[in-house]
Amino acid sequence: MVARTPEVGMSGSGQVQGRGSERGEEQDAPDGSSGADAAGTVVARPLLDDVDGLLDEIDAVLEDNAEEFVRGYVQKGGQ
Amino acid sequence: MAAEVRERVIGLETEYGISCTLDGRRSVPTEDVARRMFRDVIAWGRSSNVFLENGARLYLDVGSHPEYATPECADALEAVVHERAGDHIVADLAARTEASLAEDGLRGRVRVFRNNTDFSGNSYGSHENYLVERRGPLQPLVDALLPFLVTRQVFAGAGKVLRTARGAVYVLSQRAEHIWEGVSSATTRSRPVVNSRDEPHADIDRFRRLHVIVGDSNMSDLATWLRVATCELVIRLVEEGGDLDVPALDSPTRAIREVSRDLSGRGAVRLRDGRDVPALEVQAHYLAAVERFLAERHSDDAAAAHVVTEWRRVLEALDRDPRALERELDWVAKLRLIEALQERDGLALDDARVAMLDLAYHEVAPVTGLHPRLVRSGRMMSLVDEAAVDRAMAEPPRTRAALRGRFLRAARAAGRDVTVDWVHLKLNGEVQRTVMCKDPLIWEDERVDRLIEEMVATPV
Repeated sequence: MVARTPEVGMSGSGQVQGRGSERGEEQDAPDGSSGADAAGTVVARPLLDDVDGLLDEIDAVLEDNAEEFVRGYVQKGGQ
Repeated sequence: MAAEVRERVIGLETEYGISCTLDGRRSVPTEDVARRMFRDVIAWGRSSNVFLENGARLYLDVGSHPEYATPECADALEAVVHERAGDHIVADLAARTEASLAEDGLRGRVRVFRNNTDFSGNSYGSHENYLVERRGPLQPLVDALLPFLVTRQVFAGAGKVLRTARGAVYVLSQRAEHIWEGVSSATTRSRPVVNSRDEPHADIDRFRRLHVIVGDSNMSDLATWLRVATCELVIRLVEEGGDLDVPALDSPTRAIREVSRDLSGRGAVRLRDGRDVPALEVQAHYLAAVERFLAERHSDDAAAAHVVTEWRRVLEALDRDPRALERELDWVAKLRLIEALQERDGLALDDARVAMLDLAYHEVAPVTGLHPRLVRSGRMMSLVDEAAVDRAMAEPPRTRAALRGRFLRAARAAGRDVTVDWVHLKLNGEVQRTVMCKDPLIWEDERVDRLIEEMVATPV
């Protein structure tokens, strides 16, 4: 039996370091459109912050023909 | 006094939904898309069921679902990272498939979803595997876990618009309506909470694999992590004989539906003694039992202490106002997004665009997918960074998966033909050699070293 060291993988300490998860740190991104600052770190903000920008993001992932897409999305049952 | 922490491996299996559409219309049959996704895989692996150098298994499951089983992970967070690595691998297959179809004049957008339901009543899953020691029958462990598993959807539910005879309603769980038993060995016919099929993929005298198939596919890292980490602690409590007054359910299948349909977390489960207890209270009961157990036996386990801290924080927030968790839990986030869309466009809950959003939230596409966008823009939290996910696409965890990964990498470098599964590493050729790795916790093994040396030393 090989003893595993505590620093297994990237997560052996069990400490969860939330990227952009710091509570109480929910200021808006400077330009209001992106949560990433110059260094590339993500700045936390409320989910519905700049709701128009959010809905633009949602529009981008919805098919124009949602009705047809939904009707056609048929999978066979898995486990 | 602090006891030794038991080690365990954990694995997650995901069945993905796929589609290929042009202007929303299906342009290539789903079965054909799935087959083509695996054409490259079959070309190098000679099979639509292969193991990768990160130790994971990638295969085409019944019903044309691409399925990814993470390698044996050492803890819940590692499982989260490897599940996401699987997303990236499957998304990459989808992108290649789309290009390959286009080359043949078959136009369409190939999309992959890590959710659990289509719109015709079919369900596919997100399965958790926990290595447990084989001591007596499985039933007591399952009995102790059932009320926990039935009520954990208050934080682990992925959220869903459910169409009912009385109109559409938003519910906590994707899977709740598709669960028909507490425990059984059935899978697709009569889906249970826990599948009792006895396939440990390890030394059958020492181990069992607890196969939990009730879970929703979570996009939120926190939801996946908490779902697995809390379940692991409840298992540990039961294995070590900690005190737990099990709130036995009158009917798990009725309870899971009732909990799912009450967004307040106060959906009551009927106990065998006739009491009706709100789901959040059942969770608080398990939390308290685990806290007592850890204080008595594992007071120095910082990782476990962190899990209960987060568990408590989430349950308390759910009790006060679930909206406080809109950046962290799937069902809350999805509900808020749907409400925002409904409000702008004046949509009813049963509108097709709402259904499409319900699905699109689960799209597996690292760049264009909605959930990754929300994480990148800081609207949703994440526990893992992309660099760790990229590493996990190639590197196995330090478990038995490391042996499998080394063996496969060496075989590729030496141009040798090998066959592997969860337990076996087999070198094919004139003289066949097989090493069995029956302990999923062991990641160094001289027999595997020798097998690799032999593979390198002897000509093909």
